[in-house]
This record gives sequence, C-alpha cells and structure tokens, in this order.
Amino acid sequence: MTQTLQTILARHQFEPTRLLQILCDVQEAFSWIAPETITALASALGLPRARVEGVVGFYSFLYSDAPCRYRLLFSDNITDRMLGNQALITYLCEKLWVERGRISEDGLAYVETTSCTGLCDQGPALLVNGWAIPSLTRERLDMIAELVLAQTPVEQWPRELFAMENNIRRADILIGNLLQPGDALRAALFAAPPLGEAAESAANARSWREGLPAAEHGSMDLLEEIKRSNLRGRGGAGFTTGMKWEACRNASCEQRYVVCNADEGEPGTFKDRVLLSTQADLLFDGMTLCAYVIGGGGRGGGSTHGFLYLRGEYRHLLEPLNEVLARRRSAGLLGRDILGLAGFDFDIEIHLGAGAYVCGEESALIESLEGKRGVPRNRPPYPVTHGYLQCPTTVNNVETFCAAALVAAHGGDWYRSIGTAKSAGTKVLSISGDCARPGIYEYPFGVAVSQVLADCGAGETLAVQISGPSGVCIAAPEFGRRIAFEDLATAGAFTVFDTSRDMFEVARNFAHFFAHESCGFCTPCRVGTAILRATMDKIAAGHGTLHDLAEIERLDRVLNQSAHCGLGHTACNPTLDTLKRFRPSYQRRLKSLVFEPAFDLDGALAAARRMTGRDDAGAHLSMEAET
Amino acid sequence: MSDTFVLDGEDVPFVPGQSVLQAALSAGRYIPHLCYHPEFKPHGSCKVCTVKANSGLGSRYASSCTLPAQAGLEVESATEEMNELRRTLVQMLFAEGNHFCPSCEKSGSCALQALGADLGVMTAGFRHFYPDRPLDASHPDFLLDSNRCILCQLCMRASSEVDHKHVFVLSGRGITKHLIVNSASGRLADTDFALTDKAAEVCPVGVILKKRVGFAVPIGQRRFDQRPISAQALDDAPRPSDTSRGTA
Ligand SMILES: Cc1cc2nc3c(=O)[nH]c(=O)nc-3n(C[C@H](O)[C@H](O)[C@H](O)COP(=O)(O)O)c2cc1C
Ligand code: SF4
Ligand code: SF4
Ligand code: FES
Repeated sequence: MTQTLQTILARHQFEPTRLLQILCDVQEAFSWIAPETITALASALGLPRARVEGVVGFYSFLYSDAPCRYRLLFSDNITDRMLGNQALITYLCEKLWVERGRISEDGLAYVETTSCTGLCDQGPALLVNGWAIPSLTRERLDMIAELVLAQTPVEQWPRELFAMENNIRRADILIGNLLQPGDALRAALFAAPPLGEAAESAANARSWREGLPAAEHGSMDLLEEIKRSNLRGRGGAGFTTGMKWEACRNASCEQRYVVCNADEGEPGTFKDRVLLSTQADLLFDGMTLCAYVIGGGGRGGGSTHGFLYLRGEYRHLLEPLNEVLARRRSAGLLGRDILGLAGFDFDIEIHLGAGAYVCGEESALIESLEGKRGVPRNRPPYPVTHGYLQCPTTVNNVETFCAAALVAAHGGDWYRSIGTAKSAGTKVLSISGDCARPGIYEYPFGVAVSQVLADCGAGETLAVQISGPSGVCIAAPEFGRRIAFEDLATAGAFTVFDTSRDMFEVARNFAHFFAHESCGFCTPCRVGTAILRATMDKIAAGHGTLHDLAEIERLDRVLNQSAHCGLGHTACNPTLDTLKRFRPSYQRRLKSLVFEPAFDLDGALAAARRMTGRDDAGAHLSMEAET
Repeated sequence: MSDTFVLDGEDVPFVPGQSVLQAALSAGRYIPHLCYHPEFKPHGSCKVCTVKANSGLGSRYASSCTLPAQAGLEVESATEEMNELRRTLVQMLFAEGNHFCPSCEKSGSCALQALGADLGVMTAGFRHFYPDRPLDASHPDFLLDSNRCILCQLCMRASSEVDHKHVFVLSGRGITKHLIVNSASGRLADTDFALTDKAAEVCPVGVILKKRVGFAVPIGQRRFDQRPISAQALDDAPRPSDTSRGTA
C-alpha cells in the first residue's frame, strides 16, 4: 500500500463508517480509485471488496474507470443551458481535442456534464477536479484550456478563476442580522441583555429569558421557545422544527446526533451556499443550540455530536468552514463545557458528499454519513429515533438552523410576528434565469410572486419554477400567488423563464436530471424515470404521439403510488405542470396526434430494399398505416 | 392474544413486529410480492406488494412487506387500482432487462413470469431497454446471467445474512444499477460462492443458475405450471399453527 493511502486511512482512523470520506480523499489524491486501491482499502477497513466497489459506483464524483488529470464537469441545469453552456462544452472539447464523455488518450482531460452545481446566478459553471468555476465565457475557457494543456496543477490556477459572488440583493432578519459569533448561544444559555440589533422589535421582544433560572431549565425553555416560534423546516418538507427536536430529545439513547443538511442539490437552489459563506457562525450557533435541546443541556442526556453534510460541489467551502469551526473551538463555543457550562460538550465535523442529489433526502444522507450507498431507508423508524448508527438524530436544513439561532436570540413571539399565520419568519430565495438581478433575496413569508419578479427585474415572464424540479411550475395568471407553506411552499429555488423560452425543453432537462439522480432502489423510480427521459427525448426528436402524453400521466400515477422516496414522487411534476400549462409546446412536436410506433418498420426494410434494388411503392409500408 | 387489521374487508390477526404482508401470508391471505422472502429481512424495493392503507390519519400507499401491521388499519390490496399498479411494475421489470422467456431455463419456475401470468400482464407495455449486461460462466457450478436480474437483492441478503459471505453486491445508480460479485477480477469463479450457499437457491428469476441441471424438469411439471404463484406463496409462508413448515 502506498504511503499516501496509509496517510489517508490514518487520517480517518481506519473507520469503515468514514469510507466515503476516505474515497473522496483518494479520488482527490490519485484522480481515480484504481481496482487495486479498492482491494487495498477493503482489506485495510475489513470490508468486503464488493461493498467498497458498490459505494464507488454510487457516487458521480468517484471514478474507477481510469486516471485522468483534469475532470471538467459542466453544470447542466436549465439555467446553464439558457446561458449557452452547450456551445461552451463543444468549444472546450475542441480546444482540448477531447471527445465529450471520454477521457483523452493521454489521460489528460475529460469533459462531461453534471447536475446543477448551485451557481445559477453566475453560470454557466463547471467543476475542475471538484473545484467550482463560475461565469464561464470563451475567454475564460481559453485560459482554462491553456492551463490544462500546460498541465498546471489546479492549486496553481489563478485565484480569480474561482472567485464567486454572493449576490445578496435583499436581506431581512436572517441575512441582515448583526449577531456576533456565540450571541444566540449566550442568549439561550444565560440571561443576557436584549440584543441590540432588533431594536425596533425590542418592544415586542418580550425578553423570553426573563425570570428563568439560567442553565437549569434552559434547554427545556429553549425548546418551548422554538415551538412557540412556529419555525418550520426550510429544506422542503416544512416539518415543525420544535416537534422534531422534542421527539429527538425524548428518544432514549446515550448518544445523539445533530446533522445539518447542506446537500443543496435541488437544481436552481444556491441559498445554502451563500448562507454557508456568510452566516457560518449563525448556523453553528443553531446546531449547537439544537445539541443543547436534544441533549438536555448536558445534564444526563448522554453525549451529542454534530455533522455538517456538505455537497461535493461546495468543496471550496470546506476549508473556510473548518476554519470557522477551529475558531469557535478556541473561543469556547464548541468542544467541552461550552461557554463554561459544565457537561455541555458538543463538536461538529464536516462530511463531504460526492455528487448524488438523493443524499439530500435525510435518511439517504444518514446512510451516506455512515459511508454507504445513499439509498433512502424504510420509514418508520424515523431519524429522530433511529438515525445515524441507529441513534436519535435531528436533521435540519442550513437555513432552519440559522432561523433557530435567531429565535434563541430574539424569542419565539418576535419570530412568529413576522411572516404569515402558518409560515413564521422569512424565506431566503435563490433567484436565477431570465431576470436582470439574479441572486439571493430574503423576504418575510407571504410575499407575492409578482413582487419578487418586479424586484429581481424580470420582464415578459412566461413561467416561474418554484422550488426546483420537485416543486411547481406556475404561469402568468398565477403570479399573484404567495410564497408560504399555505400556498407555494418552497425550499428556495425561484427560476424565471421569459416568453422566449420553450417550456418543453425545461421539462426535458428536468426529466434528465431525475433519471440521472434516481438512486435505483425501487422499481417505479429506477425504471420510470428512465422511461420518462426516453419519452421526452422521443418527443423532442419529433417522434412523439398522444399515446406518449398519456403514458407520462400513467408514469406519474405509478410513481406517486409506489415510489420509495420524494425523488420518485415528484419526478413527473415538471412534465405534468408544463403539459398542463403549455400543452402547445408539446403538441407542435408530436408527429401524429394518433399513434406513432417507436419502431420504424419501413426504415427497417431499407437494407432489404438496397439488396433487392427495389424502391417502388410496393417495397414501402408507410402510407397505408397513416390514413 | 393478537390484534387485527382489516385486509380487503376481512380481519387479519397479527403479532407485534409483523408487517402487513407477513401477517397476511401467515393468515393464508395472498398479497402479490416479489422481493420479499419469508426468511430475510424485508426491504421494500420492487413495490409489487404496494397497498392502500387507511388509518385515522388518512390514507396512503405503502409497501405491505415493510408496513408495520397496526390494529385498526384498513388495507386495500385486491383492488383493480392496486393490481393495475402491479401490472405496470411487472411490465417495467420486463422492459428493463433482457427476458427471452422461451429460451430461459428458469421459464415455468420464474417468479416474475408467474406473477405476470397471475396478474394478467399481456403485453410488454413499455419500450424495451435492451441493456448490455454481462454473462459470467466462469464458475464451475454456476452460470450468472445478469440479463434477467430484477435487482431484488435476495441473493445479497442471503449471502450476507445467512452465508456471511457478501458474494453479491450492488453497484451503479439509477437505471445503471447492477449486480457485482465480490472479487477483484469481477468473476464469480474468483469468489467463495459454493453450491451449498443459501444465495444459490433464492434467485426468483433466471440469473443464478446451477450448471448441468437446466431444462431437467419437463414442461407441465415446473414450479408454476400447476399451481399459480399466489397459491405457492401461501404454501411457502410460515404459519403460526404449523412450525415445521418454516422454510420453502
Ligand atoms: C430527493 C430529496 C432531496 C432532498 N434534498 C434536500 C437538500 O438538499 N437539502 C435539505 O435541506 N433538504 C433536502 N431534502 C429534505 C430532507 O429530506 C429533510 O426533509 C430536510 O433536510 C429536513 O430539514 P428541515 O426540517 O430543516 O427542512 C430532500 C428530500 C428529498 C426527498
Ligand atoms: S424513489 Fe427513486 S430515489 Fe427514491 S428510493 Fe426509489 S429509486 Fe431511489
Ligand atoms: S441475481 Fe437474482 S436474486 Fe440477485 S438481485 Fe438479481 S434477480 Fe434478485
Ligand atoms: S415485496 Fe414488498 S416491495 Fe417487494
């Protein structure tokens, strides 16, 4: 075994649960995971070889085909397409003399596409060996091609290539908060003076800590406050955060886990990237508060450990986030006896994903954290009672933890006074597509779509995809609808399409996304998403029929009735939504409104005609069938 | 003392810990299924056993092999809606792999084929994928023809849970998900797979085939020639009243 491999394994204490992290390190060090490396890892970790091979085969960013110095993966979200990524892919392939999807003969370069990389407000984007480069142009690709051909190591590429914008266009209580690291934590752990930032709300912020004996009942009181705030999960499902924390707190076990879901794989969503870049302390405050609640404030609740599951596409955030964690450790905000509270121990480690959207589903995420293939589990039991290593685990979205920290600082009443009756607080939207000012917009819940469109400078808007492919697509008559759990629930994506766009192509892009990202566990989704992709391609090629449209509806029914997780349930949504609202863009592609066999019988006879030298009407089958 | 739930209008008793499918089978009631096997932990991937379950909290669809039985649950299984779903799922499995039944030695003893026949699947329904899948004849005692694999994971569960070997594992994702074996060469011959393994007898379709016994049983006497799969499944199910009949 090589020294490098030994070092990597030692860094991860030869822990089989860290298999995915080990594989990510191996991929980065060797540019692939060679068959002999798989064998070596399996024996070093005491795992069956095929288990390791099966994990490598699951994740898009782990390669066991051949070594390759530069893997260049273009983000292929619809927004990248709208910004012309297809032509850029061809351009780069020509520059590098490589065939798309194939490692060059000399093992130098590989150019392919990947699912949305979360840079929709500054696309088109690509990843080079996992490092994100936004705002691609021909000039920038010239530079990249030169660096590749000169074999300059990626670490030495000019920093400006990787420079990224936060594009914060509208800030509210969350993004605009003035809290210092640990403020929210101190507020919950000890009676602290009301926090200045919410001066305007100081009056209505009944200081919720008033009269409470500091730490003794602190964790219970904080839980009550979170419940009082009506905070609901921001990752999509909208589950009440207080109830989730309470269930986890009440589950009996010596060990508990707090997991932050930073997988952000939904195409069109990038708000967690910006929150991780600008609100890391607030997030870690929120996770620590969660540990405080579910672990009972360090009093007899056993020990609590935290994970941040960071999508592989955000590899560039790993070191900055680790620095924040290190700083917090030295400031007493993480580690043993946090803020001097005896017995309140908690730390957070970051795990990287490796290109699998389904790992955003919380039970798949936990499997992935355990170093396995990211396949959603059977539920019940739920993660709050049987999560990471079968211990009680709270999984929340990045934004949810940030909001929880705000609640701890300013109180539940203050928080629920913002937003609507059923949707307390604010929502951070990731806006991209056809608008003048794409970026991050934070609004109190209840804002109308038309307002958002006006703010981001969208004109001639045809449709908006709310919450990404698994959300809903709405057309102009619906722009009065509101962003809120009671109307348009969203995990944050807000993708704008103007009247120059073809909504069929949008749906086709999403169908490809789901088929690529299906984990393949259950029959309906594994096969159904592949059929949907093929059907959309068939329609695009001009061979579609009404029968195909009916088949899509049948697929939707089957997926809704029987898919194992949310990915399958929603996989047909974009197609059905656009079919309902923009049917003509499907119909004008149909070859026949009646029936069109996928198999071209007359075409199949071409060889026979050539051999017999015949081309008369009698040698053709076409016409009769169509009349 | 046991509780009951309702299956298609009739009471079915269960003991805590049983799933709806397990309780139904031990009560002599059939729910179509494919990836479930009484000897292994249910994992719920084929979805053929899907039922509609109504409780106080409303109604939802669920795989009955993993759905915990609960007092008061009202389960709909033998409905046209559920059987139509099952037919579609079987069609999907046929379309996904390469199933040339007439030349397959598992024909007549194949659960997929028998299920299709029992449910009245008359056509393929979807365009075939014609995937390119390997055939491995390296092992002296077995032929591994993954063209017919339906990814039910029974061989994997048998190999890990019973044989403690992990001969079979899954790799890939989505429609490219596939069976791999536990050897660096990728060949079955280089694993420790043996004739006595439990995993050698659980494949419901014609993937893991014993050599030199093919087509030994004449047509008319094969497993599903005389009794449909719905009857066979009940024969195989462990019954509380008859503990000697535990295994298939
Ligand atoms: C296919 C799929 C992908 C998901 N991706 C994410 C994700 O990227 N980030 C996220 O926070 N939640 C995601 N979720 C939702 C999670 O399962 C889970 O509900 C969420 O993390 C809970 O956190 P919350 O209560 O704070 O929203 C996804 C769900 C599904 C079904
Ligand atoms: S619905 Fe799709 S992603 Fe979810 S478990 Fe089934 S195959 Fe996997
Ligand atoms: S080989 Fe047979 S038992 Fe194994 S997964 Fe495939 S179909 Fe199931
Ligand atoms: S038998 Fe229940 S999902 Fe396969």
